[in-house]
Amino acid sequence: MALSTPHLLGLNGVPKEDIQLILDTATTFREVLDRPIKKVPTLQGKTIVNLFYESSTRTRISFELAQKRLSADIVNFSKGTSSVSKGESFKDTVKNIEAMKVDMIVVRHSSAGVPHYLTRISNANIINAGDGLHEHPTQALLDMYSIREKLNSLEGLRICIIGDIAHSRVALSNIYGLKTMGATVNVCGPATMIPKELERLGVKIYNNVDKAIAEHDVINVLRIQLEREAGISIPSLREYHNYFGITAERIERNNKDILILHPGPINRGVELSSEVADGPYQVILNQVTNGVAIRMAVLYLLGTAN
Amino acid sequence: MQIILKGGIVINPAQNIEQKLDLLIDNGIIKKIGAIKPGEYSSAKIYDFENKFIVPGLFDMHVHLREPGREDEETVVTGANAAAAGGFTGLACMPNTNPTIDSAEVINFINQKANGHLVNVHSIGAVTLGRKGESLAPIAEMVEAGAVAFSDDGVAVKTAAILRKAMEYASMYDKLVIEHCEDESLAGGAMNESVVSTQLGLPPLPSVSEDLIVMRDILLAEYVGARVHIAHISTKASVEMVRQAKKKGINVTAEVTPHHFTLTHDSLKTFDTNFKMNPPLRSKEDVLAIIEGLKDGTIDCIASDHAPHSIEEKDLEFINAPNGIIGLETQLGLAITELVHKGHLTISQLVEKLSVNPRKILNVPVPQITEDENADLTIFDSDMVWTVDKNKFKSKSKNTPFDKRLLTGKSIAVINNGKMFIDDNFLNITG
Repeated sequence: MALSTPHLLGLNGVPKEDIQLILDTATTFREVLDRPIKKVPTLQGKTIVNLFYESSTRTRISFELAQKRLSADIVNFSKGTSSVSKGESFKDTVKNIEAMKVDMIVVRHSSAGVPHYLTRISNANIINAGDGLHEHPTQALLDMYSIREKLNSLEGLRICIIGDIAHSRVALSNIYGLKTMGATVNVCGPATMIPKELERLGVKIYNNVDKAIAEHDVINVLRIQLEREAGISIPSLREYHNYFGITAERIERNNKDILILHPGPINRGVELSSEVADGPYQVILNQVTNGVAIRMAVLYLLGTAN
Repeated sequence: MQIILKGGIVINPAQNIEQKLDLLIDNGIIKKIGAIKPGEYSSAKIYDFENKFIVPGLFDMHVHLREPGREDEETVVTGANAAAAGGFTGLACMPNTNPTIDSAEVINFINQKANGHLVNVHSIGAVTLGRKGESLAPIAEMVEAGAVAFSDDGVAVKTAAILRKAMEYASMYDKLVIEHCEDESLAGGAMNESVVSTQLGLPPLPSVSEDLIVMRDILLAEYVGARVHIAHISTKASVEMVRQAKKKGINVTAEVTPHHFTLTHDSLKTFDTNFKMNPPLRSKEDVLAIIEGLKDGTIDCIASDHAPHSIEEKDLEFINAPNGIIGLETQLGLAITELVHKGHLTISQLVEKLSVNPRKILNVPVPQITEDENADLTIFDSDMVWTVDKNKFKSKSKNTPFDKRLLTGKSIAVINNGKMFIDDNFLNITG
């Protein structure tokens, strides 16, 4: 079995069979992570560059661990957002790195479309670790894996993404992936945080978080960018918490069977109360563990295809 | 030196001519119009333009020549060469150079660079010093040096207050302000806001940011009683506002670029920076409204917004790449392919939008196809099928989204100022 594409640029247009294969392969690797020796020789001799043009802690560490567990040789490159005025161009950096013979590039960048651009200027397999406000496919895959782990299947489930949808690459990848797998996906947030014509992607928009909790099986709660949004898209973090924050009281009042996901990092007391963040409904740390397995699966499937 | 243009169809909507006529041109002056018998002028060089169109030289009123400042991207001469190759005998260049065209000195510098060229190069002066929107540039001095209009293109004139003053002041010389319509507080995005920007995660640029300034400018033009020209109109709502304003008798005119009637924001899906421009490519609905506007005369003319950028400036991550594409050498082909062959405009209407109207807006004399007049002509073949090859461009820059595109309709030759451009060469036709 192999994926239908040499790259993972996003989940838009990725066929169901590919997603199924990644999730199933991740199940195998998830088991490896519970062994005393958490390492397999699968990608021995493969060289992977982690090209991080935007700060990241958990995604970078997760990819790095996944690569080490697969015995790949890895190089990390981190840099602030590039600009022609700041010396070497992105293209030249990539060309130089590629000249050192690398097989795969994992890339994060603040500009949407950089992974696609990379496929035009490089011969390596490209994995998108987050591009601008576009996609973050491995995050969506680990979310899907975590939901499937708890609820057995994605087909027919009702999932609501709550928060700043307009500034989220996680939301888009989740919408694409989950819909492909037969789930219903809707979003909830203040009108200022819903991007234009989102409903044309086949999602319903909720402005009432109680209703959203009541009408879904799963909620995926997004992080509010503290510095950026207060005073611009929302009057204050206090008001956001009061009207859109997920609290234990809200869950108990509306839907005690809900499953809660959060891609991290959490702003406690803003989008999630601490009680919920550490409470019985959430799988937030499972998501983190599963993230390593998902990334192992993606790296394995792309790295061994030819 | 005498040349004969044989068998062409002469069209000049400004003179109501549309007829098959031979032309004798002697030292760059039209000397005879009508049937010329074989051997009648035995020393003349004969060009067979059987069934090709001969029209008053085309004029592009929105060009960025990049000189002074970015001569690595374009110069006055290479830009004028590109214009000639694209079928144009005149152009007006925008002031966002470095230094800005905000003084008579810079206009004199450009005039000197363009001196003797086949293509007439006119300067558009900045409305405000440095295009900063703070104090008026020396409009009268620039008029005297040859400025044909005023614009802070790249941005809208910053405040209604200074725009009002500029309109009033420029009116004294019967000059107009050309506006890049974009509300500053809504600017800064990378593509049209829509489901496509949502899908691509690119920072959005809402169409209403254009509409707000179009409305402001129309209201001011009416209030002041001045003329205003809307550059590169791109939205359905703006087209409708211009239409209604014209009906009310307000002196507003508008231009559109070939990319805004040819492409939609769906092209952005490849993240190719050659589709990144400002105003951005809009929706199919906007494109249809623009075509309607061209047909009913709401949109007066077609202009390229020729914006050269070096390869290294454009070959970047999408959000870091600058806006703009070149257009002088694809403009006529796109207009014929998209507007004439699809039945939206006749050849005569096309000539109005590419030759007559831009000159009328700028008060530049429209070339007359009349005996004893300077021969200022474009000869084009409306049926020639060709493939765009950016490597053959005369422009110094290659940033076009139309490379490898099949077009129908191409300029064959231009004549002006005693010179002729044909077969990729400039010829002197005097002496």
